[in-house]
This record gives sequence, C-alpha cells and structure tokens, in this order.
Amino acid sequence: MKTLRRRQIQDKIMEGLLVVSTITILIPLLIIIAYVVYNGFGALNWSFFTEELGSPARAMQGQPTGLVHTMIGTLVVDFIGLVLAVPVGVGAGIMLSEYPEHKLNPILRIMNDTLNGMPAILKGLLAFALIVKPMGTFSGLAGGVALAFVMIPIIARTTESSLMTIPWSIREAGLAIGLPRWRVVLSTVMPAAKTGLVTGFLIAFARAAGEAAPLMFTSFGNNYLPNHWTGMIFGPVDTLPQRLYSLAISPYAQWHQMGWAAAIVLLSFVIILFVTARLLTRQKNY
Amino acid sequence: MENKVKTENIKSSAMTTTNEIETTVEKKETSRVRMEAKNLTIKYGTNVAVRNLSMPIYNEKVTALVGPSGCGKTTFLRSLNRMHDLTKSAHITGEVLLDGNDIYDPKVNPVTIRRKIGMVFQKPTPFPTMSIYDNVVAGLKLVGIRDRKLLNEVCEIALTQAALFDEVKDRLNAPGGSLSGGQQQRLSIARALAIKPEVILMDEPTSSLDPKSTMKIEDLIVELKKKYSIVIVTHNLAQAARISDYSAFMYLGDLVEYGKTKKMFQNPEDKRTEEYLTGKFG
Ligand SMILES: Nc1ncnc2c1ncn2[C@@H]1O[C@H](COP(=O)(O)OP(=O)(O)OP(=O)(O)O)[C@@H](O)[C@H]1O
Ligand SMILES: [Mg+2]
Repeated sequence: MKTLRRRQIQDKIMEGLLVVSTITILIPLLIIIAYVVYNGFGALNWSFFTEELGSPARAMQGQPTGLVHTMIGTLVVDFIGLVLAVPVGVGAGIMLSEYPEHKLNPILRIMNDTLNGMPAILKGLLAFALIVKPMGTFSGLAGGVALAFVMIPIIARTTESSLMTIPWSIREAGLAIGLPRWRVVLSTVMPAAKTGLVTGFLIAFARAAGEAAPLMFTSFGNNYLPNHWTGMIFGPVDTLPQRLYSLAISPYAQWHQMGWAAAIVLLSFVIILFVTARLLTRQKNY
Repeated sequence: MENKVKTENIKSSAMTTTNEIETTVEKKETSRVRMEAKNLTIKYGTNVAVRNLSMPIYNEKVTALVGPSGCGKTTFLRSLNRMHDLTKSAHITGEVLLDGNDIYDPKVNPVTIRRKIGMVFQKPTPFPTMSIYDNVVAGLKLVGIRDRKLLNEVCEIALTQAALFDEVKDRLNAPGGSLSGGQQQRLSIARALAIKPEVILMDEPTSSLDPKSTMKIEDLIVELKKKYSIVIVTHNLAQAARISDYSAFMYLGDLVEYGKTKKMFQNPEDKRTEEYLTGKFG
C-alpha cells in the first residue's frame, strides 16, 4: 500500500515537472507574439505592404512608406537559397542514408554536423568571400548563397532521416528486378519519402528565413526596390531580419514601430512555414 | 564426433548420387546444370548461417529448399542473386556459378545478374507510391523502356501468369498498396516475371495465399519450369512433393541431403531428413 501511494505521488510530481517545462516554453513564445503585435500593429497599414521605405524623412514627414521591397527581397533571397540548397542537401542526405559503406560517408557526416553547428555569421563571411568579393558588389545572390549554407546541413539531415524511415525491403525489391542502386533510390525510395523530404525543405527554409547575421554583408540591405528585377539578384537587396535590425537601431521612433511591424510579418511567415511542415508530417507517409 | 563422420559420409554419398543423377539426366532428359553453389559459406558477423554448401540447380527444373525455421534457406536463396551485397554483416566465401561463371567475380555487375535471376520475397513488397500497372512494369519502365504497347502486353501477361489479372484488370491505376496481402504477393510475383528472368528464386511465395491462389501459383511454377529454372523455399512439404523435381534439406546451416524429390521423400538417406519429413521436428 505504502509503495503504491508513493508511486502515485511520484507520478504527480513527474507530471507537475512536465507541465512546468511546457509552460516555460509556451510563455516566452506567447509573450514575444503579444509584445510584437502590441508594438507593431499600428504601423500595419496599406502602404506598409505597397510602398518602399525610402529615406527617413518620408516616415518623419508622414509620407507613405513601407517595406514592400523588403518582403519581395526576402522571398527572392530565401528562394535563391532554397534552390541552391535542395540539390546539395538532398544529395548529401542520400549519401548519408543510402551509401553507409561509402568511404566518404563518415567524413560527410562530420562535415555536415560541423556546418550545422557553425555560427551563421561565418556562413555570411564565406558567401562574402565567395561571391561579394569577386563580383565587387553586395547582392541577393550572395545572400542566397549564405542562406544556402544555413539550409544545406538541415536538409541533409531531414533527408537522411526521412529516407531511413522507408523499409529496407523496398530497396531490395527494386534491386531484385535488376534496377541499379541509384535508380532504386530515385524511383522507389524517394517517392515513398516525399512528404518527409518536403517537410525538411520547409523546416530548413523557415530556419534560414529568420537569419539576419549571414545577410548583413552579403545581400546587405536597400531602402528601395531596384529599377529592374535583376537588381534583386545582382545588387544589394533588403530582407526582413536584417531590415528589422537596422530599423530597430535607427534613431527614429516611426522606424522603430515599422521594425515591430516587420517582426509581425517575419513571425507570421515563419509560423506559417512551420505549421505547413507540421501538417504535412501528419499526413500519411509510407 | 560419430555424428560428424556420419554427415561426411552422407555428404559424399549425396555427392555421388548427384553425379549419378547428373549423368542419367544428361542421357534421359537433356537437362543441364544452370547454377551451382560450390563450398558456399555465409556468415552474419561471426554467426555461420550456411556452412560449406555445394549443390547444383538444374535448368528447367524446380528445386525445393526445405528445413526447419532458421536453418539458412533464405540466406542461401539470397546468395544466388547477390542480394547480400548490401547487408553489411553478411560475408560470403565459396562460389555461385551461373552457366559456369562465378557471379561473385569482381568483374561481374550484380545488376546484370539480378536481371537474369529474379526473386520473390517472403513478404510482399509492392512499391508503395506506384500503381498496380507501374509496379508490374517497373523493371522495364525504370530502365528506359517506354514502348506503351510492349509494356501493356508485358503487364497483362505477367499478371495473368501470377493469377491476378482478372482481379485487378479494372483498376490497374490503383496504388499497389491498396491490394490485399495475398494479392500483393501475386503482384510481387508478376513484377518478377515481367523482366523475364532465366532463373526465379521464390521464398515461400504461397505462405500468405489462400488455397485457390496457392494452386494457381503452383500451376504457374510447373508452367514456368518449361523454360526457366526455379528455386523455391517452402515449409509446405506437400507442396514441395507436388511441384519440385529436386529437393534440398537443410538443417542448422548444413545441407543434409540433396536429391530427386521423389527419392528423398520416399526413401531419405539421413535420419534427420526422415524425422523432418515425418514431422518429428521442425
Ligand atoms: N540479416 C541478418 N543478420 C544476422 N543474422 C541473420 C540475418 N538474417 C538471418 N540471420 C540468421 O541466419 C540464420 C538463418 O536465417 P534464414 O533467414 O536464412 O533462415 P530460414 O531458413 O529462411 O528460416 P525461416 O524458415 O524461418 O524463414 C538464422 O539463425 C538467422 O537468425
Ligand atoms: Mg526464410
């Protein structure tokens, strides 16, 4: 009896601890959301989504100003990153999952973990050296390359783990009808792991979308939309995380409020990506 | 000790019977050795699953592998088309000959071997994202054969042979995973037949089938052996007796007895074979 009683108490204590840690995670998240919305909501008007920022004078004099160029720039830079990162990350993930006996496998695993743990600002520096220096200008392309370095190790890992969930027997069935190994992976394993793969891309995309540090000296920032769309790729481009930072450290109260509004947009963007990823994983996966 | 000596005797006598059979076969039935295992030993790590096994597989004959669970039947079968290549722990010594050439020769491409030596697994394994149709023709379509007419034809023939066509002909585009377990197994058989292999390895192909489909598959095997060599693992001794020409009895990784099915079932040479066939163990 005594031990039963004791176990019940232990159970309760354990449950209590779990509830406390859940709340510890939830509360800051809710505070952040509430605080950001409270401070930035006032700046969320029509022109915020249709105008470019321009000089500080615009905001000070109450002229229409906004962050349309930042939102477009974010999409452009993030997509450049994704397009570059998906093939490389998926390739690495396939190597990790499907070719465990390959000489390069253990090396790749260490490199990938290292890249994943590397501070994002160093990835910006790498892209600066690789793209900005030779091209002689900050650019959306350089920002995309920096973000690709953020996404690649994440995609490699999610690809590896979603391929590993596919039963080994599927691969053997493919080999047994005389398919080469790469064909088995591409045509039988990858389609079966499709949702897992796409979820991984979204998670990597969402992670990179929130990064400011690697963009500071790659895509750099811009108060205006470029005259021609190619300027988004080959010239300096604005992005939400980095704009948020520069608005926040500016000396203008109007810009501070726009910074909060930028945070709302960024937060919504990232939350939508994560929720989509979450919903995808809940779908039936073979 | 005594036992071991006995095994050796039996082995050598089994070998002589094999040779006798070979010569008589050559004379009477013009059958030839299609594949041959020579001193084959297969280990998983340090655990020996198949020990020093030698036996022929005749062309246009059905060879049955029987023996209690865990005796190494699947392990041996998988070595015949290099399915162990990707099993890290598996280690193979000895030779497996196909038409006299060692399939484990480093110069040999396992993919060409597997196109000649097809396999049906113990568990049905349809490709989950593919339709029934695509499952059947996967071995052709995925190596670049696009001729619609040819694919349709192959699909229908293979499904008919596997006794599945009538059940699925109206829903060839339904996912392969939507079939019942027994249907999936027949789909796996159809998929193996579609690439027209010369040797077909079957690991308990009827263990998940109802009596009617089982009978159809048995008929198919008898039909197929007119052109191909078939090796079948089965726990169903009556089935082995019905459809096989040669039988191999394995026990704890050893090939205890090999010979003509009729002879082995009526008059086994080894006591263990006799005990197994009469249901005393296994
Ligand atoms: N992948 C593996 N790794 C390690 N050991 C294995 C592996 N596959 C099989 N074995 C071992 O090898 C031995 C032979 O197994 P095998 O699957 O060949 O038996 P089987 O005769 O086909 O049995 P069953 O009739 O139950 O299918 C068993 O002891 C088994 O535990
Ligand atoms: Mg088995």
